[in-house]
Amino acid sequence: MAKTRIELTVNGQAVEGLVEPRTLLIHFLREQLGLTGPHIGCDTSHCGACTVDLDGKSVKSCTLFAVQAQGSQVLTIEGLAAADGTLHVLQEGFRQMHGLQCGFCTPGMITRAYRLLQENPRPSEQEIRFGISGNLCRCTGYQNIVKAVQYAADRLAGIDVKEAAE
Amino acid sequence: MIPGSFAYHRPQSVREAVAMLADLGEEARPLAGGHSLIPMMKLRLAQPQHLVDLGGIPDLKGVRAEAGDVVIGAMTSQHEMIASPVLAERIPLLREVSVLIADPQVRYMGTLGGNVANGDPGNDMPAVMVCLGAIFQLAGPNGERQVAAREFYQGAYFTALEPGEIVTAIRIPAPPAGHGYAYEKLKRKVGDYATAAAAVVLTQSGGRLTSCSIGLTNVAETPLWADGAAALLVGSTLDGETIKQAVAAAEALTAPASDNRGPAEYRTKMAGVMLRRALARARSRAA
Repeated sequence: MAKTRIELTVNGQAVEGLVEPRTLLIHFLREQLGLTGPHIGCDTSHCGACTVDLDGKSVKSCTLFAVQAQGSQVLTIEGLAAADGTLHVLQEGFRQMHGLQCGFCTPGMITRAYRLLQENPRPSEQEIRFGISGNLCRCTGYQNIVKAVQYAADRLAGIDVKEAAE
Repeated sequence: MIPGSFAYHRPQSVREAVAMLADLGEEARPLAGGHSLIPMMKLRLAQPQHLVDLGGIPDLKGVRAEAGDVVIGAMTSQHEMIASPVLAERIPLLREVSVLIADPQVRYMGTLGGNVANGDPGNDMPAVMVCLGAIFQLAGPNGERQVAAREFYQGAYFTALEPGEIVTAIRIPAPPAGHGYAYEKLKRKVGDYATAAAAVVLTQSGGRLTSCSIGLTNVAETPLWADGAAALLVGSTLDGETIKQAVAAAEALTAPASDNRGPAEYRTKMAGVMLRRALARARSRAA
């Protein structure tokens, strides 16, 4: 099948590529752009490990064709930290609150939580749990994941947060 | 998992989309949110040669009030429906249903049009549209037409859609101010289809029901409109005996499959339980 040229913005950088229409966005990101932060977990749109931000929406990039992202703004976990390596406040939250064990779900969790906090900067615990219900953690670390998101929300609201790590 | 090869088309207008689907024929499928179709393609259970992506057609988006109706573009996502002030005011039932569909990521992509047009008995919106008396606006090679939701569903994955036709909008008569509503869905986990679910819209006056409509999800090959059960309830005070009769009438309509969600008998009984709960909650919300 003939390849199609796509142009989009990924983590603030203009990128282009030649893809077959059947190429999934996750494969384009991981294999052509080398962005291996978004993971392939279940490959059946259940687990959320492949979550990226696409034009202000959290999407499962295993269930979207790369051609559908033509002209879009995509943000992956790689695009969250500052250029000098300073962690995004959500990444800092996951570090401080031990929001991960094996870490496989973490890029999806953080990317999803990023959009959640854009839409609802002061979520309740219940709203966080509802907001990340499309992301599965098989280490069963949800308690600390919720705390990590709360930490980020508090920090973004200028509230002093007790730091737990180290 | 990688789908089979296909050619991708992204029309800019309904007219262009319909012409493409007519030209490309049986090997073409319209692509809405893709969260039913793309997983099927990855499993190679669907292998369309052409995908006509409806995502670039502005006319298919948005929610607007028109006189006593609400008109929702077919490509309006569940996320957009949850956030819509028009729906919150006029048909709050749709928010209640939308938040029970799949998960947040899927709701950013999943559309009302895809949900109603797919004909999957597991989808939630069809029974809700049947309950609300929605009208589907269709466009196809022979022009536009309207089909009532109550006449749209013919079997699992079989609908009134003719080859090349797409759903462009859903027109819903807004229930009267002060109506009560509820959607009760039994599911095993977030993202699951219903074991059984019931949608109820009702009005009351002086303690008696003045109208009632009931839709049931995933307990037959098509969504069920339990009009006989609803008729038993109208005029009643929702007393225990009348509810018992209505629940029995609704259960009698069901013909669920036995599957991982439970044996058929269980799913029928759960449809009854969901109906009881939906009636109670709808009434508690009615003025």
